[in-house]
Amino acid sequence: MARMKFLCDADRCIECNACVTACKNENDVPWGINRRRVVTINDGKPGERSISMACMHCTDAPCAAVCPVDCFYVTVDKVVLHSKDLCIGCGYCFYACPFGAPQYPKVGNFGSRGKMDKCTFCAGGPEADLSPAEFQKYGSNRLAEGKLPLCAEMCSTKSLLAGDGDIIAKIYKERVVKRGYGSGAWGWKTAYKETVAI
Amino acid sequence: MRLTRSILSFLAMVAMVIGLGLSTPVAAQQGAAINPTAKSVTEDQLLNALKPGSAAEIGGRVSIPDVKSSTLIRPAGREWREFHQGTMHLIGGIAILGMLALLVVFYFTRGKIMIPGGPTNRTITRFGGFDRFVHWTTAGCFIVLALSGLNITFGKAILIPILGEPAFAAAAQLGKYAHNYLAFPFMIGLALMFLIWVKDNIPGMIDVQWFAQGGGLIGKGHPKAKRFNGGQKMVFWSVILGGAALSVSGWYLLFPYTAGGVLNLQFWNVVHGVVSMLLIGAMLAHAYIGSIGMEGAFDAMGSGEVDLNWAKEHHSLWVEDEMKKGVVPAAMQPAE
Repeated sequence: MARMKFLCDADRCIECNACVTACKNENDVPWGINRRRVVTINDGKPGERSISMACMHCTDAPCAAVCPVDCFYVTVDKVVLHSKDLCIGCGYCFYACPFGAPQYPKVGNFGSRGKMDKCTFCAGGPEADLSPAEFQKYGSNRLAEGKLPLCAEMCSTKSLLAGDGDIIAKIYKERVVKRGYGSGAWGWKTAYKETVAI
Repeated sequence: MRLTRSILSFLAMVAMVIGLGLSTPVAAQQGAAINPTAKSVTEDQLLNALKPGSAAEIGGRVSIPDVKSSTLIRPAGREWREFHQGTMHLIGGIAILGMLALLVVFYFTRGKIMIPGGPTNRTITRFGGFDRFVHWTTAGCFIVLALSGLNITFGKAILIPILGEPAFAAAAQLGKYAHNYLAFPFMIGLALMFLIWVKDNIPGMIDVQWFAQGGGLIGKGHPKAKRFNGGQKMVFWSVILGGAALSVSGWYLLFPYTAGGVLNLQFWNVVHGVVSMLLIGAMLAHAYIGSIGMEGAFDAMGSGEVDLNWAKEHHSLWVEDEMKKGVVPAAMQPAE
């Protein structure tokens, strides 16, 4: 079985935000939520890099550990998903997540966050695969169709890689060796407690 | 008017072009100092630069309107998780189970504390209707808040195996709403308790003596006390100070957009968790001694009328003061 991961090659990212747009459109993401975003660090300075970030589908995910109603589950591909039927909108996953992935449809105070929403690795939710209920709550289930997440598929510079961790790490390593530099697999240490050795 | 504006904008454009022309050589000079093939910044460098206390986040600029999303990695979430899933369970377990164990041991060694000389048939008013209303409003809210709060922490481990996930999630959702709404009467009750009882709860030398003599709980005889004895003052101040800490931290958790970021929310959550666990432990002891632990104690908050012998034993100076004021103990109503 594959162990699904994301890898953003920051030396290729041109901050076009196509991944952000593709995700919003493909998954019909509610207003105010961006399951994926592109962050530019050292903006305007030497060494400026942009990194596309979303839920990293962590090994031993902190969100799942702190959830008081245990609404998270991990698929056979090690994608971290959750059930919006069980979620009570307490906000704990949002406190615990190192990547700021969990978001809520309502910005109201007084515990009125609504059900948490986050990147599903284009793998839907607990409902039957490709059912309208699944799409309505979680967006598309491209994995069930044999496809990979649309953000990575649409990436114009193939900076964002999604797929089996070993394969994308190999692609990234080859690139780094060929071009002679690389800023590392962003978030891997935090998410998977390992990094791509170069 | 329109003409003036277009002339102005034209002038502005000219100024900009001149400005650019002037600044180009400067930029070129700077360019010589910048190495375009410099190594890009790595995650490791940035993570190492994170100093505890200063910035616990790696952030940058985003072009989407949501400013919160400009945080790239926030490793502090893992520490909060460690606390929330480890330390806090430990603190809660020790505070609550430890206190229960202590009370059971106390009950079997010391037994129920009886009124010396037995109850008389005369009573004296200890708490009026308003006092009791405030006490029970706060206490009732506290019980629901404590249970729904404990449910958020321990419910997953204890109740999911019994109820199953969907039923538990529904119950937890109700508990969350109860927790959010009952926080307000709780806070009002807290403020009222402070106002009506603070004047009798100022610590003094008499409390030191009370503690030195074991408060009548340990050893024989009962030290003197005014309206509230040393132990009760401790309960009062732990409720007021603990309750204030819970109110402030809870306020931020309830209105997360006023807290100023996730790191602050993590901090307030830690405060809320630790203080509530300790306060639940303290309230178990308070409830014990106010009910099954001591004969005649419950009447103070039940009917408000306490037995005269009980009052003389536990609040001798208060009874003297009341007598001086001309309060006459009433004969107890015969049971019907």
